[in-house]
Parts: sequence; structure tokens; C-alpha cells
Amino acid sequence: MTILIDNRSGQPIYEQIFTQIRDQILSGALEEDAALPSIRNLAKDLRISVITTKRAYDELENAGFLYTVAGKGCFVAPRNTELIREEHLRQLEEHLTEVRRLADLCGLSRQDINDMLNILEEDET
Amino acid sequence: MSLAIEIHGLEKHYKGFDLKLDLELPEGCILGLVGENGAGKTTAIKCLLGLVRPEAGQLRVLGRDLDREAVSAREEVGLVLEPTAFPGSMNARQIGKILSSIYRSWDAAAYASLLERLRVPVEKPLKDLSRGNRMKLSICTALSHHARLLVLDEPTSGLDPVVRDKVVGLLLDFTRDERHSVLISSHIVSDLEKLCDYIAFLKDGRLMLCEEKDRLLEEYRLVQCAPAELARIDPALIKGRRETDYGVSALVPEAAVPAGMHSAPVDIEELFVLMASGKRKEGGER
Repeated sequence: MTILIDNRSGQPIYEQIFTQIRDQILSGALEEDAALPSIRNLAKDLRISVITTKRAYDELENAGFLYTVAGKGCFVAPRNTELIREEHLRQLEEHLTEVRRLADLCGLSRQDINDMLNILEEDET
Repeated sequence: MSLAIEIHGLEKHYKGFDLKLDLELPEGCILGLVGENGAGKTTAIKCLLGLVRPEAGQLRVLGRDLDREAVSAREEVGLVLEPTAFPGSMNARQIGKILSSIYRSWDAAAYASLLERLRVPVEKPLKDLSRGNRMKLSICTALSHHARLLVLDEPTSGLDPVVRDKVVGLLLDFTRDERHSVLISSHIVSDLEKLCDYIAFLKDGRLMLCEEKDRLLEEYRLVQCAPAELARIDPALIKGRRETDYGVSALVPEAAVPAGMHSAPVDIEELFVLMASGKRKEGGER
């Protein structure tokens, strides 16, 4: 598992941990039922606060990426295809919102965007 | 979660200075006590250790009342004070021997292995050791009697960055055990930034704030703009500012930053410097 903390990015540290672990679960780099480091050890290794690490783990658990076994620690939740699809859809919506914003800035119509998508598809085939 | 340190209604008066403090440290956490020189950090620590008697207040250390069970409380507290209390003519080996008859739970093997790990010369008298080595020795003694709470007063001041980083690493290792807690005072804020779960800020004998470190960093932003632009922010929300002829930097809660205004994340050091100067201005002292 790789986690890189950037103190200068301005992104909250718990969010950096959350997204990096989440992405590694989604990509399959972290396998189902793999044990995650204990909150305390991860915090000490990364030199960050225990409270912050706990917050990241809590949010990962709430989002369904982790499960906790009392006295044993945290594990990667079984790959839930529904959940992964949901996550991808969420990202898609984010990107589309950005597309709409940029399209408005450039004065493009819905039709123009459709045309762009078609061209892109043709290029790939 | 139980509390490693409880300070309620502490009051200590000296001529020209008085300290009033309420503070709690949850078990398993590291609390950094910051403040300018003379803010009351050392006085607070001395009260907590029973080295000076406060005029009022209830203090509990590791669940024990300091008035009635001071001796058993101290057994489990590892102390690092500067200057060290050991005579300068003694060496690390001799100090270990003496401490073994003071602490009931002294662990000679742990002491020896710590000294070796940190490469502290064992046979050299204390007065001939470098400042870094003296500090390392002091930390070795604090960690060698199965303490559950470490109290360190300015442990990193005057040390070079490499040794400071080692000290930080040692303290982080110590708190891998969730029953272990640390209270550390320092005015080297960047060390605390690496280390602490909570930060308490003392100023002129009063606690200005005590907050989770990362929450603090998320909560505040540094706004940089022309002085006229700053008028868009409610002055009551500006926690501190620094002005030059060319512009102004102001410390503002994230929620109060107007849309479109440029703001940057703040680090703990900047946060405290700005907060300290901000409050001073209000008091009319300049």
C-alpha cells in the first residue's frame, strides 16, 4: 500500500488518506479481506495525528470500503461491484459538471458536445 | 477514553504573572503546549509534577489525584527537563545505577539498549556530552521505567535538525502503545506540527485555544490582499494580521473567506505568530 501525504497541498490530510486508500481498493491494488495497518501504526509511520487517521478510516468504513473486526483491526471489504459502479457514476457526474461549465464558458451547445463525443469515438475505432 | 492528564481550575500566582488553566489530555495522544517565552508553559508543567504548589485547582495524572497519590503517580511519569537534574560529573552508566534504586520498575536492559540505539556515550561524564547527547540521555532515562506518560519541557530547543527528527521519531514510537501519552512543551512549533494530536496555545498565563491540530489547519486560511479589500471581511472574524506597505496577510476562518478572494493554507507556526500578534494589538500594547 502506498500513501503519500502532502502537507502543502491544502487538501485536508484525512481526505488524502481517504482518497488514496479508496483508489487502491477500487483499482484492485488492495485485495479483498487484506488487513490494513492499525490506525495507530499508520499514524505514527506517516507522522500524522491518530485522530486524523481514525477519521479517514471511519469515513472509509461508512462508505463501505472497509470493515472492522473488533480486536483485530480493519480489512478491505469484499469487492462490491454495485459500490464500484456507484463510485464511477459519481466521478462521471463530477466530470460532466465540469464539461458543462467549460462548455458554457466557450458558448458550446449540447449538440456541439455530442459532436465532440462522436468524433472522439470515431478516432478510437 | 480515559484521561492521562486532567487540570481543572489551576491557579498559580507569581509577582507580575498569574496562570489560570484548564486542560485535558486523552490517553494515547500527544498534546503540544506552545507559547512565547514566559507564557506559563514551564509553570504549568511544574504544577502538574508537584514541583510547585498551585494556589488552587485540581490536578490528576494517570487517574491519580496529585494531592494524595503524588508518589505513585510519579512512578509512571517519564520526565525530560532542561537542564537535567543529574550532576555533571556522572556518566550514563552511573545515572542508570542511581535511577534503578529510585524507580521500582527500572528496566536496566531497556536503558542499555536505548543508549546503544541512540549512540549515547556511556562512560563520558554528563558535562562533557554535547547538548544533543544530553537530551538523548535524558529521554533514555524517561523511557526506561515503563512510564505511561512522558512530560517533556522544551526537549528540542538547541538541537540540530537531525537529532530533533530522531527525538520526534522516538516519541512517535512511544505512542504506538495506546496507553501511552505525551505532554510536550516547545516554542519550536514545526516540531509540534509533526508530532501532536492536540495543540494548546498559552499566552500570558491563559489558554487561548486547545484544538485538534489538523482541525486547526483545516479551519483557518491565510488571506493576502490589499488593505482596502480586507474590509470585505468582518473584523471580528480576523484572528490576526500582518501589514506591510504593499499588502496585508490575515488569518481568517475558512468559512469567512469571501468567494473569489485569494487564500492559502496556513501552517501551525504562522497561525500562532499571527494569533499572538493579533491579540496583542487588541490589548493596546505596541
